[in-house]
Amino acid sequence: MSEIINGELQKTCLYEEHVALGAKMSPFAGYMMPIQYSGIVAEHNAVRQKVGMFDVSHMGEIFVKGPEAEAFINHIFTNEIRGFGPGKVLYGMMCYPDGGTVDDLLVYREYLADHFLLVVNAANIEKDFAWIQEQAKSFDVRLDNASDRIGQIAVQGPEAEKTIIEVLGYKEAADLGFYTFCDVEYKGERLILSRTGYTGEDGFELYTTQEGTVELWKRLIEAGVQPCGLGCRDTLRFEAGLPLYGDELSPEISPVVAGLGMFCKYEKDFIGKEALLDQKAGKLQRKLVGIEIEDKAIPRAGYPVEAADEKEVGVVTTGYHSITLDKSICFALVDKEFAALDTPLSIRIRKKVFPGKVVKKRFYQTNYKK
Amino acid sequence: MSKILEGLKYSESHEWVKVEGNVAYIGVSDFAQKEMGDITYVDMPEEGDDVLAGEEFGALESVKASSELISPVSGVVVAVNYELADAPEKVNEDAYAAWIIKVEMSLPSELDKLMDAAAYKAQIGE
Repeated sequence: MSEIINGELQKTCLYEEHVALGAKMSPFAGYMMPIQYSGIVAEHNAVRQKVGMFDVSHMGEIFVKGPEAEAFINHIFTNEIRGFGPGKVLYGMMCYPDGGTVDDLLVYREYLADHFLLVVNAANIEKDFAWIQEQAKSFDVRLDNASDRIGQIAVQGPEAEKTIIEVLGYKEAADLGFYTFCDVEYKGERLILSRTGYTGEDGFELYTTQEGTVELWKRLIEAGVQPCGLGCRDTLRFEAGLPLYGDELSPEISPVVAGLGMFCKYEKDFIGKEALLDQKAGKLQRKLVGIEIEDKAIPRAGYPVEAADEKEVGVVTTGYHSITLDKSICFALVDKEFAALDTPLSIRIRKKVFPGKVVKKRFYQTNYKK
Repeated sequence: MSKILEGLKYSESHEWVKVEGNVAYIGVSDFAQKEMGDITYVDMPEEGDDVLAGEEFGALESVKASSELISPVSGVVVAVNYELADAPEKVNEDAYAAWIIKVEMSLPSELDKLMDAAAYKAQIGE
């Protein structure tokens, strides 16, 4: 709350729209953001069953251009961007030399040669940009932090494609595959239409000017799209097994600990590679797992995880009573010897201990466009 | 605007108490259920458990948050509203019908420290 008193909280370009819709607003990552409009459960179900939209204008956009842009990004990014063509989007992380995570991000390879867009977490924009600038010193690249100029809306759910075609009047949206994007003109400006998301459903993320974003939001409301707050953004991403920086990734939680090794490519060099290889080879102490308990009680972040003898072996990072699955499930960081599937683990919730077991982190069967 | 029932006692942590002889029914106020949003779980003690005024006896959980239940009185739990185990949404539907526990009071004078409807209305500032 001190952030409000200090007047440092930022507003996205859609702030007035949220207030007009009666959203419950709350500080998140330095921004005043909508947590819910009609209710988390109704918004969550709208995305799973029909279509919902999120203001994600707080996310950061950093353009990287120049003759050494590809080599530079490959140096700071865990995934392999060589051989991945224009119009493609790639997920991965930036790591510190000790393997800790600077951030998880999307890399867009633009249609213009040597042009890339990095999309980073709102809470990390300044930290990431400083990190990227520092690493870029010996590369011939130009960096542009465009976060304050670009708005972003995520349109997610089984009816997202139909909605986008209707609102943008762009029927080619149907041909966009998962993790690809194209440029569309909207109100005379560039709009990046990206088939990506953070919900486990099919959907799109649309980046354009702030004015365009406000216009687009209004058109989507008119089209009957349910506005959704950050409350259900978290329940949706969690069910789909997707990490949130700060909970499942951090300077202390590497991609290997978080089980995201598939996004780290060791055939190339990148910052943190040696440390991650050491962790893979066994120097790892903890693993991120999914745990399901046999009760409706809710495992929350920070609750202790216990082995059979009541020994504390880990801690919950995110947990809910899953809206879609009607199960109490969580992500937890546990000592590596307790990370195997079906290992019995209990969660201490207030004064009681609830038995459960290790399950796959992707709790929900995702429905991505192939 | 939250509903406040006359004739009940209220605690600062938004529990209500309905007194019948030496027995107190305890629930949460309409204001509290609105603040919580959709309630998905009610963590309750068992019959025979002791509760102490000012101490936690359970919790309400919504999708996003968990909120401790603080007993306004001391005594022994003589009944638990097990209906809420399967239907926690009843707290949202009618917070004053959805009592959570029934306590045989050991120190009924503790009731004097609680607020009446007018004082509670002033506290929540609606």
